[in-house]
Amino acid sequence: MNITRRHLLILLPAAALAWESVLAGTPEDAPNYQMTEHWWSMLIDIPKCIGCGNCVRACQAENDVPDGYFRTWVERYRVTDWNLTNPEVISPDGGKEGFPVAAEDQGKYFFVPKLCNQCADSPCTQVCPVGATFISPDGVVLVDQKYCLGCAYCVQACPYGCRYIHPQKKVADKCTLCYHRITKGLTTACCEACPTGARQLADLKNPKDPIHEFLKSHNVQVLKPEMATGAKVFYNDLDGSVR
Amino acid sequence: MRIFRDTGHLFRLALVFAMGTACFLGVRSFLVPHSFGEYGHYRGSAISEIASHPLHFAGQQSCETCHSDVVEKKNAGKHAQVNCEACHGPLEKHVEDPASFDPGKPDTAVLCARCHAASAARPKGFPQVDIASHSGGVACETCHQPHNPAVSAGGTK
Repeated sequence: MNITRRHLLILLPAAALAWESVLAGTPEDAPNYQMTEHWWSMLIDIPKCIGCGNCVRACQAENDVPDGYFRTWVERYRVTDWNLTNPEVISPDGGKEGFPVAAEDQGKYFFVPKLCNQCADSPCTQVCPVGATFISPDGVVLVDQKYCLGCAYCVQACPYGCRYIHPQKKVADKCTLCYHRITKGLTTACCEACPTGARQLADLKNPKDPIHEFLKSHNVQVLKPEMATGAKVFYNDLDGSVR
Repeated sequence: MRIFRDTGHLFRLALVFAMGTACFLGVRSFLVPHSFGEYGHYRGSAISEIASHPLHFAGQQSCETCHSDVVEKKNAGKHAQVNCEACHGPLEKHVEDPASFDPGKPDTAVLCARCHAASAARPKGFPQVDIASHSGGVACETCHQPHNPAVSAGGTK
């Protein structure tokens, strides 16, 4: 084939366009999910939590969380009337296998499930030097594990202690709010496994979500509101001693 | 009148500058991932990568598709709000191929106690029993079938 200068000039832009489409890759597999139509959060109803540890086990199974590390865990508080601001807190193995039996008349007991608070203005995303952790357009704080260096700045920055360095991958790891599930219309593994409905996934951008009515009619709090992280995990009936 | 003398210097400087800029842009386009900056200061394709992680829990809808009889029985009792996989564990493998992955029956001695073993730490209204004195070693399902735990609904024996 004899390519003249004229042919070459016509072919070059076409080749450039083809190369652009190769770089762009294939379109996303889930075309029905629109990131801009959601703003994910979670509601935790403290009076409903029975401390069974189902959420912790479900999270470890769903996300292959290594033993001794937790994306979610449950704490048991014991608050005594003579020392209201210094509660005794236990979380044996993250509450995975439940808690030791508590005796009567030893104070006020309650369970507090914890997980990443999916902060809208998160300190962890602000300190990342390489842009490996970020809040997605639908409000979930995620880690790009291919890009993460494992410097652990974010682990130090999280005021809630929700991040860890994965012992094998050597990169930051944390709760993804089961991003691979919620984008397919499922609920998170912890909410799926919770027997009492103490944990509920909520979409703040969905006007029909029951979260809006709940927030209006209950005493709802976030953890460490004084840090202005824009936390989106809401706790119903949270005791003042919880930090 | 000539304002500048020896303008060749300026042209050479501009040329070096242009080459440096082109070199920088070339290396940058090679090193920075294509989707970086698509939504913000991060790799946009990381979002779809995380969204494609494999499932382990199939979700209540999947269970109801085939086991509507059990779900109906469960919804008639006190365990109506408890999802199947809360007790039976993650069963996406079973949904993908029901024949090859049999979940088996959970051990009620462990399972029931997790929620219903008496403890002052649990909410007061939640049904709980002192396991040892309540059954005297008899298995829970003898009197309570887990799908509808009321004694009136009958146990296995």
